[in-house]
Amino acid sequence: MQPDRVVFVDGVRTPFGRAGEKGMYWRTRADDMVVSALIGLLERNPNIPPEAIDDVAIAATTQEGDQGLTLGRTAAILAGLPQSVPGYALDRMCAGAMTAVTTIGSAIGIGAYDIGIAGGVEHMGRHPLGADVDPNPRFLSEKLVSPDALNMGITAERLHDRFPHLTKERADAFGLASQLKVEAAYQAGHIQGDLIPVALRSDEGYGLATEDEGRRPSTTMAGLAELRTPFRPHGKVTAGNASPLTDGATVAALASQTTAQKLGLGAKMTMVSFGFAGVEPEVMGLGPIPSTQKALDKAGLSIEDVGLFELNEAFAVQVLSFLDHYGIADDDPRVNPWGGAIALGHPLAASGVRLMIQLARQFETRPEVQYGLTAMCVGLGQGGSVLWENPHFTGGK
Amino acid sequence: MPKTAVSQYDSLDVSTLLQHSVDEVVTHSYVKRISLPNSKKTLALITLDNGKDHTRPNTLGPHSLVELRATLLELREEARSGSLGAVAITGNPFILAAGADLSKVGDIPDVITGLAMVQLGHQTLGLLGELGVPSFCFINGLALGGGLEIALNCDYRTLSSAVAALALPEVFLGLIPGWGGAWLLPNLIGIKNALTVMVENPLKTNRTLKPAGALELGIADVMFPPARYLEDSLAWADRVVAGKITVKRPNEPGKIERATLWPAAINVARKSLREKLGTVARSPYVALDLMLAAKSSTKAQGFAAEDAALAELIAGDQFRASIYAFMLVQKRQKVTPGAPDKEHALPLTKVGVVGGGLMARQFALEIVRRLEVPVVISDISRERVDAATEWMRDELSTLHHKGRLHTDQLQKLSALIEGATDMAAFSDCDLVIEAVFEELSVKKQVFTELEKHVREDAILASNTSSLAIADIASALKHPERMVGIHFFNPVAVMPLVEVVAAELSSEPAVATAVSAVRKLRKTPIVTADSTGFVVNRLLAKLLGEAMHAIETGTPYEVVTESVQPLGLPMGPFELLELVGLQVGAHVLDTHHRAFPERFFASDALHQLVTQGKIYDRDAKKTIKGVSKEAKALIGSGPGYTAGELRERVHDGLADEVWRMLEEGVVESAEDIDVAMILGAGWPFQMGGITPYLDRTGASEKVRGQTFHSPPIKGVA
Repeated sequence: MQPDRVVFVDGVRTPFGRAGEKGMYWRTRADDMVVSALIGLLERNPNIPPEAIDDVAIAATTQEGDQGLTLGRTAAILAGLPQSVPGYALDRMCAGAMTAVTTIGSAIGIGAYDIGIAGGVEHMGRHPLGADVDPNPRFLSEKLVSPDALNMGITAERLHDRFPHLTKERADAFGLASQLKVEAAYQAGHIQGDLIPVALRSDEGYGLATEDEGRRPSTTMAGLAELRTPFRPHGKVTAGNASPLTDGATVAALASQTTAQKLGLGAKMTMVSFGFAGVEPEVMGLGPIPSTQKALDKAGLSIEDVGLFELNEAFAVQVLSFLDHYGIADDDPRVNPWGGAIALGHPLAASGVRLMIQLARQFETRPEVQYGLTAMCVGLGQGGSVLWENPHFTGGK
Repeated sequence: MPKTAVSQYDSLDVSTLLQHSVDEVVTHSYVKRISLPNSKKTLALITLDNGKDHTRPNTLGPHSLVELRATLLELREEARSGSLGAVAITGNPFILAAGADLSKVGDIPDVITGLAMVQLGHQTLGLLGELGVPSFCFINGLALGGGLEIALNCDYRTLSSAVAALALPEVFLGLIPGWGGAWLLPNLIGIKNALTVMVENPLKTNRTLKPAGALELGIADVMFPPARYLEDSLAWADRVVAGKITVKRPNEPGKIERATLWPAAINVARKSLREKLGTVARSPYVALDLMLAAKSSTKAQGFAAEDAALAELIAGDQFRASIYAFMLVQKRQKVTPGAPDKEHALPLTKVGVVGGGLMARQFALEIVRRLEVPVVISDISRERVDAATEWMRDELSTLHHKGRLHTDQLQKLSALIEGATDMAAFSDCDLVIEAVFEELSVKKQVFTELEKHVREDAILASNTSSLAIADIASALKHPERMVGIHFFNPVAVMPLVEVVAAELSSEPAVATAVSAVRKLRKTPIVTADSTGFVVNRLLAKLLGEAMHAIETGTPYEVVTESVQPLGLPMGPFELLELVGLQVGAHVLDTHHRAFPERFFASDALHQLVTQGKIYDRDAKKTIKGVSKEAKALIGSGPGYTAGELRERVHDGLADEVWRMLEEGVVESAEDIDVAMILGAGWPFQMGGITPYLDRTGASEKVRGQTFHSPPIKGVA
């Protein structure tokens, strides 16, 4: 085995849909969504020899029904990959796809694999978070985890409690900015190129999903102020400063640098380091702070070296707490330049690769940037961070 | 201005038609608009969906067609206004459409209403070719009859490689593809390919096309895998609309094909039909006429010709009888009248077969293949047993070599075959079927011995064709465990099995036999324990009359001509040669013995047995004429004219069917028809036999009433 650098060859995703009966994917299976994305990825990367794929790792938080049955393996079979290609499913709640990338990336990094597929899917309409869970009673009896920690909205309210200066207004402003930045990115055509259209079955005939469904470009601060606070009376977290329940799937191809060069696969990003870390489950939104520190320390870099941030906007206050910790302004142009999950949606285990797809696209047009960060918080008190290097970096010249 | 294919129906009135379609399962036409990124056009995607799953496919009844027509007319307006760039039509999961709803054709009250249905289909589907913008059919699933004609009426077609079947089965049912198919298909894929799809395949027990075959014939322009079939189809349509793809159709007929090959191919097909099928069945010939005309007619003329042809066929007897037969055969695959509840059936974990002869080894093999349980086959000597098991294993190897059996499956099935010379090997069998020599004393001896070895609750069966089950069962201490299971030769091909419930046969015995037959993927009918059961009795009637006519001075040709209107798969003497003259003579003897006043035995046939043949044949086995020896057996009497003999046969068959119903051999005339269709290959257009006997007047003549009320015949 020869250790090697890990490159992000390419990533694609389905358009994200609103979860629930009125959402466009209500009659579409979760496994079909990830299969669609996988086929789309392979079709636009014809240099990847299907038989050379060493593994397919697909994440989902709720691994049952159409998200069960060892998703990576079933997706490989359904996408028509050779039977010789193995696959597995994994789960780190919101950081599922991110963990798929770091796990496949690790295997490539030590030289065990040459090419791997990493992705995730979450059909939150069919599989709402927390459905059918059976938390261990010791969580409660030994006060290990508060029941409130299992409700993500309540953990976000708790961040507002802990950091009173992160006000509802700041959170709303951040939410509004996300909507506007996504709209601008759509207008500029930055997003659509990585979306794989998905046929939609409905009771009124077939349709085609080509764009993210949950965007609200006409959002205003006044409108946001009116929204109710579902997690606490007179609370601060609303549908306007949190990511909506979403259906979606993402996949990425990773390869060793040697293999990528040999096969002419191209490399949109190079993996620098990654880190995962645990925090109090009750304030799970703080997770990316220590995980990012870990990743930076391993790379011998500091936060100032990071030129682009793709932070998952589970909740505005949770992103703000990260920025606040590292001394970055709420509206710093390096942060989520094309918007984020508040506007696009957050299909839990799929979101990690969505961050990477967006970062990779920006690297292409930002040769002055050397390093970028993808980071996200994870339910039950975790954070995940991956640092990437821009192969288009020209040394700032 | 000459009318277009569609505009000729502008004044069509469908109000009566709609009134007669009250409980139609309506296939809705839903429309969604999709923007195409390449061509920058809007495509209207129509989804046909009856709201049911694939077990109740989309069908196109009058209300469904009227809804689709309204949808297409709206889209045509949109296309004219310039706001629409393309139209596509597809089905619900696994199904495009299975054509007209056959269960409803019996409700068509008269020819005018029938014609209105044909014209409504033409008008509606024809719109797909006159929208003013390109039309696409995305053949996502099963496309039969009118379902496939939806596709043919479009400008372009994509095909999913997972489609279960594509076919134009109309000719099989006494119809022709009359929603444009007869004109459109040869003009799309050439006359030879069209003949295969429209005439040859339906007549090969309704063979269907797989997607790859359909693509090769040119029925579709492109094929995509199922995983992203709709997405790929939309992307392809986009590029066609944008002019980035030019569709090539190599099978589309050119001038030379039209001038020379086309009429020649029709002639060849017509000749071959006459030889193989005779001239009784109407629809294949009507299809040929339409296809010949399609060579030079306009689409509008082609549609009008289809209207006229279908009006004639729908009015005729053959179509009604065919639909009756088709529905009946389908129904009997699921339900067996007279069979006890399947709860009574013993689970079959091991089956025994006594005798290693021709029939025994064939059904032993079928049991191994379909039930996948151990099968013990026995005979009186080791050599005979080995010959039987070796034959069975060879047959499995042949299937393996043809790629129809995986190596694992070959080894699994081969290991299930066990040979024995000792009946002790049957000790753990749930069912043992005997097929030894047709001699009562021999069979009784076998069963006396068998009962010593088998389990208390084992079911015992005989494959006898000529002995009474009760007589054989008299050798048993427990005669109630005995049934008849009468297979037809060749077992692998013949879809019928007669299950004989003797007077003492227990419910578990009959239920086990019926369930075993179903697991063999064959259709059982339950009959009483009476000579010849159903199939052999009616064949014996027919063949006995034929031989009697010879012996009383009627030439062979006249006998053959006399039964020609029945449209049987072969003449009586060919049939005798096929089953073997000795077997035939034995069957006639058996029936003459049981019913001496009504069935003829034939000395002439016994004499022919020693000579071995009725017909002289050439090297290709084609009949050259009646052999000298056979001619010598024509009696010296006056003989019958063809008409006289036909009447005797009609009356004789009608009388025998009435008697079988009166005796309770089977419960209904339907059982007899199923038996004759599946056990003797009697044609759909006779409805088996009883609809035919009703419409010739024979049933009324011999009993003063018809078998079916109202009779199954054409409408005015």
